[in-house]
Amino acid sequence: MANEKELNIQETEKQEIAETGAERTRSRLAFVPRADIYETNEAIVLVTDMPGVDENSLDITLENDVLTINGYVETAYPEGYGLSYGEYRVGDYERSFTLSNKVDRNKIEATVKDGVLRLYLPKAEPSMRKIAVAAG
Amino acid sequence: MFGRTFWGQTSPWNEMERLRREMNRVFANLSATSESRITPGYPAMNVWTNEDGAVVTAELPGIDPETLDIAVVKNTLTLSGEHKPLELEEGEVYHRRERGYGKFTRSFQLPFNVEGDIVEATYEKGVLNITLPRAEADKPRKITVKAA
Repeated sequence: MANEKELNIQETEKQEIAETGAERTRSRLAFVPRADIYETNEAIVLVTDMPGVDENSLDITLENDVLTINGYVETAYPEGYGLSYGEYRVGDYERSFTLSNKVDRNKIEATVKDGVLRLYLPKAEPSMRKIAVAAG
Repeated sequence: MFGRTFWGQTSPWNEMERLRREMNRVFANLSATSESRITPGYPAMNVWTNEDGAVVTAELPGIDPETLDIAVVKNTLTLSGEHKPLELEEGEVYHRRERGYGKFTRSFQLPFNVEGDIVEATYEKGVLNITLPRAEADKPRKITVKAA
């Protein structure tokens, strides 16, 4: 393929969730959504690919330090057709991240567009002040 | 007391059963991944067919549908587009980078010719859905047997 060099899509396969610890109550396939996380001066921004998810099928919770993203996907199969060739599977998404104390929990913003979730986690004002010690 | 805990919820049989399930899961995963390793390209496609045509779906999150190029020639569907990388400004740093980006092209051959003029494509929630009706001339003809 001519475009091979420009292509940086490493993996096309979705990563299925490994059940360690708590099991899921919904007996459905679940995948770990791929995420990009970057830090700006004001915030940490998290961008995840969750095709099939919209604002009504997303569940984002923050408990203690753990941010959990749940995306529920309605499997809508085309009516009157039979699957003759399948390369990917459809399922829910689930992923958790541990946040540092630096995040201002009350100002977290989440938007979703075209199956991409964008979480804006603003950094908190430092609550602890450093005290400068002057030589006496 | 001892007997109760032994045969109760935490009995070794339960534990063995759990282990057995876990093993099954591990081996099922292994075979599943080795199968899907032969996935020929990006994006992964699901193809649904019936006698009137086909529906091709692909997961393409975060794409501007205007930039998607869908072409149909006879029985071949070609799909190309680009995943744009995030534009980071000066001073912004990645903590984690897992999402793929770049240009992609994929051709797919269907088992019949397509009526190219009435191909429809929708893009919703990051999922592309292309409906490809089978060409009228290509449809199987029913032959009625006349009584002699």
